[in-house]
Amino acid sequence: MIADARPVAETARLRHFLDVDTLDRTELERMCDLAVEMRAARAARGYRSLLEAETIGLAFYEASTRTRVSFELAAKALGATVVDLSIASSSATKGESLVDTLRTLERTGVSTLVLRHAASGAPYLAARTTSLRVVNAGDGTHAHPTQALVDALTLREHLGTLEGRTVTIVGDVVHSRVARSNLHALVRLGARVRLGGPPAWVRGLDGWPGVEVAPTLEDALTGADAVMTLRVQLERAAIGGVPSLREYTRTWGLNEQRMRLAQPGAPILHPGPTNEGVELTSELASGPRSLIGHQVRNSVAVRMAVLALVSGAP
Amino acid sequence: MSDARFGRLGDEPASFLLAGVRIIDPNDGTDGIRDLAVMDGFIADASRVAGRVERIEADGLVAAPGLCDLHTHLREPGGEGAETIASGARAAARGGFTAVCAMPNTDPALDEPARVAWVAQRAVNAACRVRVIGAATVGRRGEALAEMGAMADAGAVAFSDDGAAIGSARMTRAAMTYLAGLGRPLIEHAEDASLSAASVMRAGPTAAHLGLAGWPTSAELTVVERDIALAAETGARLHLTHLSTAGALEAVRRARARGLPITCDVTPHHLAMTDEWVSGSRQFAWDDASPEVTLVPDRAYDANCRVSPPLPSRADALALLAAVADGTVDAIATDHAPHPPERKLVPFDEAAPGMIGLETALSLGLAAVAAGRLELATLIAALSIRPAEIIGERRSLAIGQPADLVVFDPGARWRLEASALESASANTPLLGMELSGVIRLTVADGRVTYRS
Repeated sequence: MIADARPVAETARLRHFLDVDTLDRTELERMCDLAVEMRAARAARGYRSLLEAETIGLAFYEASTRTRVSFELAAKALGATVVDLSIASSSATKGESLVDTLRTLERTGVSTLVLRHAASGAPYLAARTTSLRVVNAGDGTHAHPTQALVDALTLREHLGTLEGRTVTIVGDVVHSRVARSNLHALVRLGARVRLGGPPAWVRGLDGWPGVEVAPTLEDALTGADAVMTLRVQLERAAIGGVPSLREYTRTWGLNEQRMRLAQPGAPILHPGPTNEGVELTSELASGPRSLIGHQVRNSVAVRMAVLALVSGAP
Repeated sequence: MSDARFGRLGDEPASFLLAGVRIIDPNDGTDGIRDLAVMDGFIADASRVAGRVERIEADGLVAAPGLCDLHTHLREPGGEGAETIASGARAAARGGFTAVCAMPNTDPALDEPARVAWVAQRAVNAACRVRVIGAATVGRRGEALAEMGAMADAGAVAFSDDGAAIGSARMTRAAMTYLAGLGRPLIEHAEDASLSAASVMRAGPTAAHLGLAGWPTSAELTVVERDIALAAETGARLHLTHLSTAGALEAVRRARARGLPITCDVTPHHLAMTDEWVSGSRQFAWDDASPEVTLVPDRAYDANCRVSPPLPSRADALALLAAVADGTVDAIATDHAPHPPERKLVPFDEAAPGMIGLETALSLGLAAVAAGRLELATLIAALSIRPAEIIGERRSLAIGQPADLVVFDPGARWRLEASALESASANTPLLGMELSGVIRLTVADGRVTYRS
């Protein structure tokens, strides 16, 4: 049983966890290490009282299943008191502003806020205007840093290292908070990142350091060590990204034949939820290349690590 | 308001002598150190009044024609929580302005003569002249022309549906055709709303980094080109306000070369700030900066950086500055847009666009001068006599003229704090920064309206 808190103490504390862009390679590697520790600890029922003094508020202003559940399980596994603000039934729906709602939470004794919000930058506003420690659980089309850590850890475990590896991300990259945080994390961990997607969905990212925009899916996939595809936001397809889902799938959808351009056995990741038959075939999603199940399994451990670092565990 | 620093247009005319002041009067290219006297509200011969009036030692100070803002939101009626005519006029006086042009996007809009007259009446005894810009269409809805002739008779100096461009090309053409007959300018907020819909900052690497929807420069250029075509066809005086792109300025240059009477302004914030301010940078456009986008967590997504049109790319900001320097840009206009905290203490894409500017315009301009990007006399002309000319005002420091001037200390530093602002709002990303340029004296219509 893992009882001592040494790995936590050895990793630099964070005041907030807003995105991965402020972390360097060493810090990212250590957070992945800590997540591995947490995974073992959870299995062995360790660290059960690490956060027993903490009250963690979950404020999900957008619908979420896997992220919210994994944060809740992570907080409870570490002994924290968890308050789930069911936003739909809270005063936020009566027109209370985000800042007012969070200041109320602050006064009720919540110490750490896990925030999911439709507006890019909302967690930065929360961090500036309250004394809460803020964990970004996805903000608009900006960042989803815990998912990026999940993906980095999953890839690291599968590929051994990300150093020198080529990771291809396909889909609506510019509107994807998962992709954006992955760009930061993967580049910092030494990977080369290739992007593929309709022009409107990769626009503005060609100058990103360490990132290359491929003109076609074939260019994007050829020789890739791993491929991540993103959920096509059904409502966004209509606003000019692509004429139809059918046309997207025809040009950018992943199937086994196209995946053969990548390195043999190259794995596939997807942050979920998937539109099977749109961004990838059902066979790929549930086939041997798929790391989707691994991603989900790592998601609680990564969030345990993040909460431990942010919540000021001993 | 009993603040002793402020005077009003209804006060007694002023008499004083500024000893050894640097006089810059772009009317005739004057730039020299001498005494400047005001007697009973008029510029007087200093040698004749010496000893009879208050003597103000003015070593190191600059005297210039009073500043004139072509683009001010005073928010009254309807938005008094953000600003009033009185508080906006005090902010103007403190910023060295002797006249401001009140935009009509109030609630209700200034779209009929009684409302234009009401604002003018409310401002009779303010700390600066308030000139009214009437709405071009009823309710600024772009559906029917407002009674511009009657509003002109009530004192409106120009017309605009600012906040947006006039609703359609057809209605813009109709407004221009009518205004050509009146001889008053149409002030256009050039933005194609279908191109800019949902965007909250300038498209580019910073927007891509921050995950914010980007505003394409074509949103401005397409309307600028369209309006130039309409102005050429109708003979209207077209004034393009708050231009923010190099392409739009090129279009203005081409139109001028064809002899069209097109004028334009840019804001101080589009000259000095860049889209990188949204990610937390506080480097002026002319400062050296890293080409890589860096998000500064403590300042990123500051809703005070949300303006319309959005803060430009660095290259465009420098192009705007160059266009002020070469005279393409007629005026620097603040687009002073006060908003209460509840409109700004929200996520970036929910925030109301706009920042205040009356009290910082000269300081930002002086920063560009200090950086070698602008001549001081050019800055002063763009803030005073050239905008004044567009609304038919004249101001000059020649003997016998009504005293309408500003005296400032270009080297004095001040720190921008919300509590120190005269505006009823404090929505500016400059809060906490130190700027150069402190106004010592503002004189409007011969009255001292501000003195520190």
